[in-house]
Formats: sequence, C-alpha cells, structure tokens
Amino acid sequence: MYPAKFKYSQEHEWVSLEGQTATIGITDYAQNSLGDVVFVELPKVGAKFSAGQTIGTVESVKAVSEIYTPVTIEITEVNGALAGAPEQLNKDPHGTAWLVKGKASNAGELAKLMDAAAYEAFIAAKEKEAGH
Amino acid sequence: MPQPPAQPMSKATKHVSINEGLLFERSAAGKRGMELPPLDVPAVDAVRELGAEYARGPVEGFPEVSEIEMIRHFTRLSTWNYAIDLGMYPLGSCTMKYNPRVNEHVARLEGLATEHPLQPVELSQGCLRILRTLERFLLEVTGMDAITLEPCAGAQGEYAGIAMIRAYLASQGNPRKRVLVPDSAHGTNPATAVTAGYEVLNIRSDATGRIDLSHLAEYANEDVAALMVTNPNTLGTFEKDIARAAEVLHARGALLYMDGANMNALAGVARPGDFGVDVMHMNLHKTFSTPHGGGGPGAGPVAVKQHLEPFLPIPVLAEKADGTLGWDSNRPKTIGRLRAFYGNFGVLVRALAYALAYGPGMVEATRDAVLNANYIRKKLEDVYDLPYKQPCMHEVVFSDARQKKNGVNTMDIAKRLIDYGFHPYTTAFPLIVPGALMIEPTESESRLELDLFVEAMRSIAAEAAESPELVKTAPHSTRVGRLDEVAAARKPVLRWTPRDVPAR
Amino acid sequence: MRYLPKSDAERRAILDELGLSSVDELFASIPEDCRLKRPLDVPGPLSEKEIIDYFRARAGENAAGYTSFLGAGVYNHLRSVVADSLLQRGEFLTSYTPYQAEISQGTLQAIFEFQTLMCQLTGQEVANASMYDGSTATAEAAMMAVRLTGRRRLVISRALHPEYRQVVDTYARDLGLEVAEAAFVPASGQTDAGAVRAAADGQTAAVIVQSPNFLGVVEPVAEFAEIAHGPGALLVTAVAEAMSLGAVRPPAEADIVAMEAQSLGLAPSYGGPFAGVIATREKYVRQMPGRLAGEARDAHGRRGFVLTLATREQHIRREKATSNICTNQALCALAVTMHLALVGKAGMAEMAAQNLAKARYAVAEMEKLPGVRRAFTGPYFNEVTLEFPRSVRMINHELKRQRILGPLPLGPYFPEQTKRGLLCVTELHSRQEIDRLAAATRTVLESLGVGAREEVSSRAER
Repeated sequence: MYPAKFKYSQEHEWVSLEGQTATIGITDYAQNSLGDVVFVELPKVGAKFSAGQTIGTVESVKAVSEIYTPVTIEITEVNGALAGAPEQLNKDPHGTAWLVKGKASNAGELAKLMDAAAYEAFIAAKEKEAGH
Repeated sequence: MPQPPAQPMSKATKHVSINEGLLFERSAAGKRGMELPPLDVPAVDAVRELGAEYARGPVEGFPEVSEIEMIRHFTRLSTWNYAIDLGMYPLGSCTMKYNPRVNEHVARLEGLATEHPLQPVELSQGCLRILRTLERFLLEVTGMDAITLEPCAGAQGEYAGIAMIRAYLASQGNPRKRVLVPDSAHGTNPATAVTAGYEVLNIRSDATGRIDLSHLAEYANEDVAALMVTNPNTLGTFEKDIARAAEVLHARGALLYMDGANMNALAGVARPGDFGVDVMHMNLHKTFSTPHGGGGPGAGPVAVKQHLEPFLPIPVLAEKADGTLGWDSNRPKTIGRLRAFYGNFGVLVRALAYALAYGPGMVEATRDAVLNANYIRKKLEDVYDLPYKQPCMHEVVFSDARQKKNGVNTMDIAKRLIDYGFHPYTTAFPLIVPGALMIEPTESESRLELDLFVEAMRSIAAEAAESPELVKTAPHSTRVGRLDEVAAARKPVLRWTPRDVPAR
Repeated sequence: MRYLPKSDAERRAILDELGLSSVDELFASIPEDCRLKRPLDVPGPLSEKEIIDYFRARAGENAAGYTSFLGAGVYNHLRSVVADSLLQRGEFLTSYTPYQAEISQGTLQAIFEFQTLMCQLTGQEVANASMYDGSTATAEAAMMAVRLTGRRRLVISRALHPEYRQVVDTYARDLGLEVAEAAFVPASGQTDAGAVRAAADGQTAAVIVQSPNFLGVVEPVAEFAEIAHGPGALLVTAVAEAMSLGAVRPPAEADIVAMEAQSLGLAPSYGGPFAGVIATREKYVRQMPGRLAGEARDAHGRRGFVLTLATREQHIRREKATSNICTNQALCALAVTMHLALVGKAGMAEMAAQNLAKARYAVAEMEKLPGVRRAFTGPYFNEVTLEFPRSVRMINHELKRQRILGPLPLGPYFPEQTKRGLLCVTELHSRQEIDRLAAATRTVLESLGVGAREEVSSRAER
C-alpha cells in the first residue's frame, strides 16, 4: 500500500527524491482522516522552506491540516490540477495528487524519515491507541 | 459522493410552504411592499446634486414583491426552522432556555429602542441606569469587582479578557508568551489566545475529565500568562481543584481566566470571584436567556478583579459626583475600544429583564438545570456509554461507543433525533471524548418534555442495534435530506444571480 | 416561578428516581470553600407588569419626544411594523445557529438572501452573514488585508469614523501593525489623495477610506483603489450609512467593503445590536471571517442551504482561525432582509431620493441664517458638516430647551473643526421639523449676539 521508494514523516507526508528533485505529498492515512478534500493551499514557485516548516494546507469540510515539508526545499513546481479537482487528493494521494516538487539537497534529512514498513507500523500503533 | 438521482421536487410534495423559492425568484418588476409618505420638500436631481460619477440608479436585482408576498415568504421560511418555542434543544454548553416574551416588549419601548448613542448623556440617564443595574447584578452573581458590558458576544469578551491580562502583565514588566488551554476547551479559547498574540499550550485532563493539576504545575512557568478554564468544564463536571489551580498560577504571577459559558450550573450557587478567578466572560445569550435568533446577536460582558480594572475597554460607565451616570474614556491604561458605542444595548435590556424576573430566585433555575441533566443521565446510562460516571452538573456527556459497533455514530443518532421532533444535541465535542453526545436540557424543560426526549433516545438506541440503516440515513421527515456539504465547500455558491434557475 | 416548568411534586419524583433526598446532593462536587452561602443580593423577583413598569420608567428618563438631527454612524430611518411582527415569530427568534441544516432552512435561506442583497448594494461578489457591527467589520477587513498581502502597515483616512478608528487601533496594536493617517482636504472634506499616495508603500496592506465619510462627504472610491493598488495594497471602504447606497454609486472598485447595515431596518437602540457586513471579491472568500451560507443539494437534488467554508472559523481551526468570531448578528441580518424585501427596488430608490432632498432643503434653510454655511464642497448624501458663527455646543444647549437635538459638534473629534457640527437629515424629518430647527437656531444665534453684519460677510464669501 505504501510505496517502498517513498520516505514518510510523522505528520503523514511522503517524500520521493530523484537526484536533487524532491516530490512531496500526503499519505493515504492523512487523506482518509481528513475526509473529502475541498480545498488545497499550496506555496508559490520559488519559495524556500526548512525541514518542518508549514508549506500549505489541506482543507476538508470538517478539518484543516497543515502540510509540513519533511525536507529543506526550494519549490520549483506545484500541482496546478488540484485547484480545480481537490478530490484527486482522496483518490490518488501517492500518485497524481502530489503537492509540490522542488530542489532538495540535504540527503541527511531523508535518513531521519521512516521507510514504508516503519510508517505502516507507526500508523498501526496510532490506530490501536485510538481504540479503532 | 454519488450523483443524486434527478427527482423533481413536485414528486415529493406540492405544498406551497415547502416550495417557497428565493425572494429574487418571487420578484416581478414594478411590485413594491412599502409606500412612503409623500415628499414635502422640493425634489432634487441626484445626478445634478452628486455628480454623474457619484450617482446611481435603482439597485439591480433588488427584490420586487408586494406586502402579502413578503409576509408569506418569511412565514413559510419560518416553518422550516426548529426553535425553543417548539421543543427542547439538548445542545451542550449552549443553554437553550426559554426566551421570555416580556423581554422583547421592553426592548422595543419608545424611549429605549429609539435612543441615539451620541445624544447628550443627561438625556440618556434611563439607558445608563439600566446598564448600571445589570452591571451590579452580574457582579453579584460572579463575585467580581468591575465589569464591561461592551463585548458583542462571548468570543469578543474572551478577547477582551485575554487582552486585559496581557496589558496587566505588560504593566508589570513582561506580557509573557503562552496561554494554557485544556484539551476539553471550546474552540474560541485557543483562537482568542492567538488573536491576542499568545502561543497556546494544551494541557491534558485526568481520568475524571478534570484539569490535571500536576500537569498544570509542571507547565505553569514564568512564560505562562494565564490558564483559560471553563467551569464546570465541557464534560459538565466542576473543576474541584480550581482554587488550588488559581494558587499555583498566582504564585508564578500568572492569572486565571474563566470561560463563563457554563454559568447556568453556578448562578446563585458558587461565584467564580470566590474561587480565584481573575477575569471571566459571561454569555448573556446563554445563561441570561437573550434569544439566539438563528445565531445572534449576543452579548459577552467581562468581569474582572480590582487589579485588572484599570485596563477595562473604553468607555467605562461611571457615576459622577452628583449621582448621575456618564461615560469615562479618560483611562490611560485601557486596552482600547472594542466596538463603536457601548455594546449590544438591546440585548442588555433583555438580560436585565430576565434577571429582574428571577431576582435572588435565580438559584432555583440553576438547581432545576442540574436536576434535569442528572435525570437524563440516569435514564440513558444503561443504553449509551457514559465515559465519566460521576454525577454531572448542568450537562452530561455520553459517547457512541456501543452504537459504533453497528456502524452508527453520534452524528447519525443526532440526525435520527430530528425525526422524533427534537433538535440534535452537540455532536463530537468535547474532543477528548471520541464520538461524544453532549446534552444540556436547561431548567426550561418540564418532566413531560424530558421523558419524551429520553423515550426518543432509547428508541434510537434500539434502532441502532436492530435496524442501523434507518439511523444512518436519517433524517427522513425533513423538507430536505442531508445536504452535500462537500460539494458546497468545493464550489461555493454564496449568492443568487439572475441566471440561476429555481430548483423545481 | 413562571419560567420553571416543574412543580415541587415533580422535582421530588425525579429526586426519588435518582435516589437522592435533595438537589443539594448534586452540588456535592463543589468544595465547601467555593460555595456561596447566602442568597444573591440583587433586586427582584418582579412580575411581568413590574418589569414593564420598571423599563417604562427608565424609558421616560431619556430623550423620547425630542427631534434629533444626529447621525454619525447611527441613523433614524423608516421601519415597517410588518417586518417587526415577523421577526418576533418564535421560529426565528428562538432558533439556534443553523449548524443542523435540515431543520434550519428558514434561517439559512434568509442568510443566503441577505448575502445576495449586500452584494447587490455594495457591488461586490460575495458578502458574509454579518459581523457584530460596522466598526468591528472595518477592523476585521483590515486584518483580512494583512493576511492576504502578508504586509503589516495600514494607511487610514482621518475622515474615518473616530470610533471605528479606535476599534481598528485596538486590533492593530495587538498585532503590532503600523498605522499611518492620511489627512482630509480642508476645502472638499474628501481624503487627500496626495497624502494617501505618499503614505501607501510596499509595506502597506490596506488603505482604509469611509464613504460617505464621517464629515458626510462622499469619497472617490475608484481613485483610491487605483492609488492603493499601485504599491500592491488593498482598498478597504467602510460604509456607515448603508442607505446612501440607494443613491450613491457603490464602492465596487474596493477590494473589501466593511459596512454597517443598521440604516436598513434596525432601531438605533442606544448603539446596538446592529449588523456589520464584509463584502469582497470571490477570490478572497477563504480569508473572509464570519459565517457564510452556501447553496447545496440533497441526495434527491433538492436545493437547500448550509453553513459553508466553516474551516475558516474558530470551532475547527482553533489556533489558526481567521478570527475568533463565533456568533453573527443573525436576527439583525434577518430584520434587514425583511426590511429590504418590503422596501424593494423602487422603495430603496425613493427613500434615498427623499434623503437627498430633505438634506438639501435643510442646508438651504440653515444657510439663510447669519454665519451658517456648508463647511465642505464635496458631495454629500444625508449628512453635512455645517459651520456656525458660535460654538455648536452652546447652540445645542439652547436647542435642547426646545426639545431639539442639534448637529453633532465636531470639535471633540477634530480640534481644528471647532464651530462645526454634523447635521443628519433623513426621510423621517418632516418639513415642519426642519423649519423648526432653522427657526430655533436663528433665535439662539440672535440671543448669542450674532447680527446682520455676519450675515452679510458670510454671504460675500460664497
């Protein structure tokens, strides 16, 4: 379910690094918790963020979630398709509903994130805690 | 969401009251509902007087209906609403009590409804005396020293309270950085703290749902300006350690703010000023019966202890040497003005009328409110999960844990309650109880009404067990079914435009 | 007590079911030292008749029976008894915030109609379901501009209602915003465009101008929009006299309009409750505070209305809310909606035209008095600043004896505007009342020693 080539943050973002280009999105767990997404607020191209900073928000009818970047990044591309079709984020959060792409050069930051197996264990523990 | 089947409304019902469209859809050119007395001075040409660049013709799209059509329109609309006058609202922390009609009458009196806020103060002594009497009544109920009636609602009162705390601490040399908020708090509390320039730190509740005192002692350092607490808390339990919490805070130079939303459990029984509260707000549209009117107006007076008095918003109602009342804006330490003029005077009149009707007997309302909530607790605790087992005060919180097993949640139960003729209780709040059902009957419910409510809730619990689909797809008896809020939020339509076609 | 629907027998029966002997036991969780051990020391209880008598007595201690020419943010306009009778229906009066849409469609549809009316009036694309009042709406509009631009400076016209200004200052101070003031032109009474241009820089979030302004003068909104947009700021236009929009071109070029709707069907009521409105461009809607009703469909395709975009509000975003506002002024907004439904397109135009006519008649009559003249040359709706040859306070003191409340003295607000007063005339003032004002003022001026010589010299100035 969770792509092996991604790394995952505790705030339920995924990041995929190819060379110097990082792609960031939110996980299936995140979209499921939010419910039907109605609006996505993304940063401007050129904006720079350190790891852990808020880069935007995802809004559903009942909740708003901050999107934090797991890595230091300079935004080179944002997913324009989400403006007209925010529901894509519910349908394909790991694929066509990526949020931003950008230049990320600090490979060390990636090492601090979870791999797919660790993330699955992380959310399993969360579900148990909440008594689901 | 699946595409809705195209089922025209005429198949569902043909009743004129159900099919009333928008005002603009009822309009026809040339109709009018009100006529003016004829002009008794020379008419003027707007274009000539204002200049072509400033003049405007008639407002495009404004309604054009006759008087009878206007009456039918709004009367029909009114029949689509639930209201206290129809039955109980079990909404937790909303205190939906009876709105006495005499209050409406006095607020409309010539000589009160007609007064201009900037008219000479010597010709406003009646208004000022009303305000002064209400101030005194509220100070006696809260046990505080000074008060402002200016804030328009609880949220604005909260803002004023935190702003006064900030100003007071700043005058002592350090406004500090943080405000502590329990995880059971109403959403306005953290929002207010942020608006006033503070960071928010959530503190946990203990197993009984009360503030964890050791957690508070750990977090309350010199960076903390205040703790914002609701008492009784949103679980309906009295924070029995609140005096101790006040001591802990005061020892570190911090203050205790109380959200007065739940004063309906305390009026005449306990006074926040007596258990260490430095500043608090009241919601007159809750405890003091002023009408909700579909969402407002309200009033959120803020009462303070003497050390915060200099920081009250302006203008402050003051008694002059000759015994007359007036407005004092010469207050160097004030947090400033919160709104133009003096506050929601019409709401304050209603609150005073309510207060005078009870007098010291207000304690009887408090006792009935607490009795009613406990009656409901007793009658439903065998069918709904009760996370906190001790007697509650004016409200009780259940959870949907048992019904969840059949896939029925608190929202579904609430929607099904509508089919029984009641307004839903508060769903999914407080956040510390997953799947919460928060119920506050208030003192305005008779035994009969309470029994009807209990019967409805018990019936729904049985339905949840035996025919859950019935509950999950509720309500079934309303003019419209569950509306697609997701679509509404994705592509918001927030006004009528001429090209809209009515839903027929 | 008549508001408590239980008999003592019923209370005892409930206690029996709970296994208790007294309600006191239910308060056991309150520690002894927290309890009040005496009755409340307050007046009452009063019967219905006594309550009415009390408030009637208070009503007799105010200004009933006086003819008032006061405006300055609160306006006396014609209201219909039809609207008020509908407003008192229990289904409107005693209903809750429409969170449960299925049983609140009456309120929600009325809010949707209100939003539409406010857009039509202001020339903007979206409007909310009301703020507390015009002054807080103006402050909220300023904060909205700060959020939208990410900038922290406000340029505010000196001709903004002084009490509105104080409210903006309160909120600005807490956010650490910089506030610069732009003067008004002494001749026209309009805000000085050059001053705004000089003050609005790359750090400016909003320029705030009121129209008609506190002096009664209509502002060239389009011009100020252009000036604000130059360095990338937004134009906030405050409207205190909503009736003006029946005759004066709406502030469509403004980015955000902050309006007080009191003129449109709400009683003056000593300053509240009123209904503020924020109206703006559709693209800014997610930064707009306050409640919003939106159209929605149910599973059968039936149209209904719901509160929408609620994630901006406090109960969901908590720390990140756009504002901490919780209530709106729903019943007041409903009163406005009902009023406008009755008044309608033709009535609004006629009422506004009557205001224009009556104000001009009053000015003409007052300018016949020695030393009295219109202070500013700018266009006006129903409020006008008049200059007098003596202190306005002194004149009003004498007028009060004639049971007339004269123009608001401007000296306390603008130190250089001594001997100037703000006169408001609406469709409710009869010709006789206006004539009486002029005659009474003439008498007062004579008694204060104002003679024919001043009449001659003031005529020569024109």
